[in-house]
Amino acid sequence: MSAAALAPDVQARPRLSLRGITRAYPGVVANDRIDLDVLPGEIHAVLGENGAGKSTLMKIIYGIVKPDAGTMQWEGEAVRIASPAQARRLGLAMVFQHFSLFETLTVAENISLALDAAEAGPGLPAKIRDVSRRYGLTLDPARLVHAMSIGERQRVEIVRCLLQAPRVLIMDEPTSVLTPQAVLRLFDTLRQLADEGCSILYISHKLDEIRALCHRATVLRAGRVTGECDPRRETTATLARMMIGAELPHPRHRPPVAGAPALVIDGLDLRSDDPFGTTLRSISLTVCAGEIVGIAGVSGNGQRELLTALSGERRVARRDAIVLCGTAAGRLGAAQRRSLGLAFVPEERLGRGAVPEMSLAENALLTARHRGLVWHGLIRADAARSRAAEIIASWSVKAAGPGAAARSLSGGNLQKFIVGREILQGPRVLIAAQPTWGVDVGASAQIRQALIDLRDAGVAVLVVSEELEELIEICDRLAVIAQGQLSPARPVVETNAEELGLLMAGSAAMPEPTAARGRA
Amino acid sequence: MRIALEARREASRAAIVLAPVLATLATLAVGFVVFEALGKDPIAAFHAFFIQPVATRYGVGELLLKASPLMLIATGLAVGYRANVWNIGAEGQLTLGAIAGGGLALAAGDARVPSALLLPAMIVAGALCGMAWAAISAWLRTRFNASEILTSLMLVYVANLLLSWLIHGPWRDPDGYNFPQSKQFTDAALLPNLLSGTRLNAGLLIALAVVAMAWLFIRRSVWGFEMRVAGLAPSAAAYAGISSKRNVWLGMLAGGACAGIAGVNEAAGPIGQLLPSMSPGYGFAAIIVAFVGRLHPAGIVFASLLMSLLYLGGESAQVNLALPSAVTGLFQGTLLFFLLAADVLVNYRLRVVGARPATP
Repeated sequence: MSAAALAPDVQARPRLSLRGITRAYPGVVANDRIDLDVLPGEIHAVLGENGAGKSTLMKIIYGIVKPDAGTMQWEGEAVRIASPAQARRLGLAMVFQHFSLFETLTVAENISLALDAAEAGPGLPAKIRDVSRRYGLTLDPARLVHAMSIGERQRVEIVRCLLQAPRVLIMDEPTSVLTPQAVLRLFDTLRQLADEGCSILYISHKLDEIRALCHRATVLRAGRVTGECDPRRETTATLARMMIGAELPHPRHRPPVAGAPALVIDGLDLRSDDPFGTTLRSISLTVCAGEIVGIAGVSGNGQRELLTALSGERRVARRDAIVLCGTAAGRLGAAQRRSLGLAFVPEERLGRGAVPEMSLAENALLTARHRGLVWHGLIRADAARSRAAEIIASWSVKAAGPGAAARSLSGGNLQKFIVGREILQGPRVLIAAQPTWGVDVGASAQIRQALIDLRDAGVAVLVVSEELEELIEICDRLAVIAQGQLSPARPVVETNAEELGLLMAGSAAMPEPTAARGRA
Repeated sequence: MRIALEARREASRAAIVLAPVLATLATLAVGFVVFEALGKDPIAAFHAFFIQPVATRYGVGELLLKASPLMLIATGLAVGYRANVWNIGAEGQLTLGAIAGGGLALAAGDARVPSALLLPAMIVAGALCGMAWAAISAWLRTRFNASEILTSLMLVYVANLLLSWLIHGPWRDPDGYNFPQSKQFTDAALLPNLLSGTRLNAGLLIALAVVAMAWLFIRRSVWGFEMRVAGLAPSAAAYAGISSKRNVWLGMLAGGACAGIAGVNEAAGPIGQLLPSMSPGYGFAAIIVAFVGRLHPAGIVFASLLMSLLYLGGESAQVNLALPSAVTGLFQGTLLFFLLAADVLVNYRLRVVGARPATP
């Protein structure tokens, strides 16, 4: 289908119109005099880096956050949206980045919670089936949510919104949890909705998606509108320039020179200690010095369990299931594995990779407690401070200084600090989980380049990520994790996104229960 | 229009100083109303609470005497609390310390052991026995994951019964007319007096020395750092390979050692013998002291002085104004309540929010 043919009438009266919306938080103006017009039936991208103010703006539109200044018009009439309930009454609906579903309830029960009593009657399952059929969103109303994949849960959220027949649908970073195939299916649904006259506000920082899907884009940078364009007429590079105000750096690759195995996982079995977790089954993988190996997969397929087993946060029963630099490390703790040359960048930055309340100097000490920063059991405070200052300077971390609390940093800056801290320890094996998740474009490029430089310096690097494009960009070999099992790692040049997506999705599909099961 | 709490980006230094002032003013306001309602002159009541106890040299001595065990125990507990190790049983560890130190004093008896030898031996023995008592909870926690909150609390009653058995039985003073009490300690086993005309003894110096050591441990040592990490962000501690078992052991043993020394100080200080009850609940009051002092050694010194003043002021108000003891308890509770409530302002600020969004 041609997107251009479906472009809405540019002269049409905006369905939703914002003028001069401003909202300040202590120390930062999240939205600074923002103007935005959403026309009927258009897919309108709101594009910006993390921290650019996209989420705040959507929360203002949806009535969760009140603006300090500015006006809003709905169908040409001035409105003040004081609560999400009022937003829903007007015809606004929002699919959040993080879902709010009750795992122990069925799809229909979850949806009924969001509806008025009149709509949530016995006819609801039929309505759900009707809507899901119309938009190609396969969904069984009687299924329990805890058995569903993330992609299916997102469908529940979307169907919940569609049942309200919204006139503006807000989607906040909807593709971050989907396989490539699921992304295409979602786009079909969104296009169909737009054809029927529903306006869609599409929040994202993924430029290719916006170019493929959206009719118009409003670009935000540091809380201000820096541009408006037709993304179909732009290139990824021009969009990136509008978004970050600079050219997007490209990582430099050298051909890999793989050395001796540095991290060997051999037939690792591990039961999850979380009842809804994933049990790992005979996972085997070798990462050699001087190569980057990636593990792709939709989150919740055993990545968390595998990473805690590799880092030593959880020990495994068999000593030689994990061999680190020639030492059987299965039963060693995290500190012992670090002394063997392991460094680890975890997915959660605040609370795991860094202590929020502590200063950067103290956080520099966190994983470097025995590397020159300690003298006879006493902390060398000045050495810790200069270590932190070194990381801040070499990674251009935006922070007040080594004394700044970790929680005062933005996500991207804290991630740079953590990556810098781990690399500065001179690891022989580096494991990075979602290294650029929620990190702005500039910092992402910096982190990817650092991983590549590390590889070129002969370090074995293992990257676990949901972002397939990132993995294909930086990795030498790729494996896919699905339902606790790992596919054999294959050279990236011999594979492609489609094939990997099938591996991810093939196992992400859950067995469909019969209609009778789960119905009370 | 309504008032909302808004998180501060950094803890406010001004609020750290102002919060206790604000809490004091609020307490005085509530106290004013309560005392007025009871028909007592509020000014006289405040005088009895805050001024009279420290108006004399003897009073100041009593203030410091009561503050010493509180700051000592609270400091030890704070080491564990920083790592989320919840030792509630300091009262029992204090009792064990008193038993060990007192037992040594009784065993030395009239053997003319010099004080310079006997007192340090009593203190070491008290610390070791307090630690041993705390070690039971630490072991149950690390081996069986039994909550140290429950086990340490239950061991308080075991400790009290142990002391009771000793002084009703083997250690009872044969010349004591069958009263459940031990012999009086000899002078060699008593802590030297610090201030003539008062009961203040060298226990205060021991407490202050321990506070300084605790500050060094928490701020400067790697183990102290690891315990702070474990308390603030348990996942970060696991990620960094910090041993949670070592933290439990360190936290429990620090509390046990301090409480044990406090027990020796009570036995060899104001009491001078072993009695069925060695403390008016210092081990439990120290928990409050630790939190009012924000788990910081310097804060704990101030908090212990405040707590001690509340003890003395409560007695003075009962004696001088015939106030019921429940009212003094209520007044003390009000002050602690406001102190902890005012702490919110350190990390949050009040913001007046309009009910409607502003229009341009």
